[in-house]
Amino acid sequence: MRTDGRLLTCAVALVSVAALAGCRQDMHDAPRYEVFEANASMPDGRASRNLPAGTVARGQLRDDDHFYTGKVNGEFVTEYPFPIAAADMARGQDRYTVYCTPCHGQLGDGKGMVVQRGLRQAATYHQDRLRTVAPGYLYDVISNGFGAMQGYAEQVPARDRWLIAAYIRALQLSQNASVNDVPAADRGRLDAPPAAAGAPAAH
Amino acid sequence: MQIFPKSANAWSKASIFAVLGLVAGLGGAVGVMQRSDFVTAANTFRDQPVQFSHQHHVGGIGIDCRYCHTSVEVSSTAGIPPTKTCINCHSQIWSDSPYLEPVRSSFRDDKPLRWLRVHDMPDFVYFNHSIHVKKGMGCETCHGRVDRMPLMRQQNTLQMEWCLNCHRNPEQFVRPRSEVFTMGYVPAVDQRELGPQLVAEYKIQSLTNCSVCHR
Repeated sequence: MRTDGRLLTCAVALVSVAALAGCRQDMHDAPRYEVFEANASMPDGRASRNLPAGTVARGQLRDDDHFYTGKVNGEFVTEYPFPIAAADMARGQDRYTVYCTPCHGQLGDGKGMVVQRGLRQAATYHQDRLRTVAPGYLYDVISNGFGAMQGYAEQVPARDRWLIAAYIRALQLSQNASVNDVPAADRGRLDAPPAAAGAPAAH
Repeated sequence: MQIFPKSANAWSKASIFAVLGLVAGLGGAVGVMQRSDFVTAANTFRDQPVQFSHQHHVGGIGIDCRYCHTSVEVSSTAGIPPTKTCINCHSQIWSDSPYLEPVRSSFRDDKPLRWLRVHDMPDFVYFNHSIHVKKGMGCETCHGRVDRMPLMRQQNTLQMEWCLNCHRNPEQFVRPRSEVFTMGYVPAVDQRELGPQLVAEYKIQSLTNCSVCHR
């Protein structure tokens, strides 16, 4: 009986050692490049390649100046390149909250958190110059930056940049409205107490 | 002549159980080791080129995950931001800090910062961020309270049993789409009530077929 026990112990030990020897990571790390992985054979060390200059991927030709630059014949466009629906405004608000509030703040007054931490004062949208500029101008600034602001073309796709421009217009209205802007039927509600808190703000 | 004492009978019987116990103990030890941080690489810190603090940027300033991880809603990978994203603010803030010199030189020389990957799925696993985000899976569910991590670490094991725990019981983890990027989310009503509702609304399937992930 005791010999059997020893045999068993030896067998377990042998199997364990054999199993350990089988622990290779070949399938965990397959011989392929993952996104953003380094590749020593490339001059800049990147496995993900930039498009060679002057090439256009199929379906990505940006020949719509109105949509992609916000300008037609060098003039900022005064019309949006597509109709803006309510759902678009909601997405505009969402994108604004992600990419713009750090500096421009929830209200668009230029008092975002990063400004409070030392970035140069961001522009408030609630000034006459910005209330009257063309939507194409807002789109251009979002895309290419202005003053200390860097462009956001890499972070935000073109369509979303237009939606942010549209939402900025809504923000401007929200901070510069008079009682006369409220439809007569709804004016009575202005004096009503605010709705109970608890509905979380859209994020 | 008998060389074994009489007690050898008892010992030999006991040794059967001792061996069984040893095997069970070994098995248990292997199981514990397989789930340990030592094997899963959870809770270890990588020596990154810059000690980037999610706690400061997410928890302190309140920057949304998507400000940097721009492709999380549309791509399999959440995306590691280019140095330009850092420069959006750090062209002005801490712009002469020696601490951030690697960031500035990366931007100057157009050489990417070599961040070390913290969450590394095995290559035989297919994973896509965008579908999880669309189905109401919060960042926090897998990545933990990133807003409380001064240095990034892997919160969970990323092992298959961990994936399956949620794929089998999505109703325990799903949250409203509006709260996906929220850190420290607490369901407004009981999750036992909300979960099944959201699973139905978002048409979440309990996908546990092998080929869902191992394609």
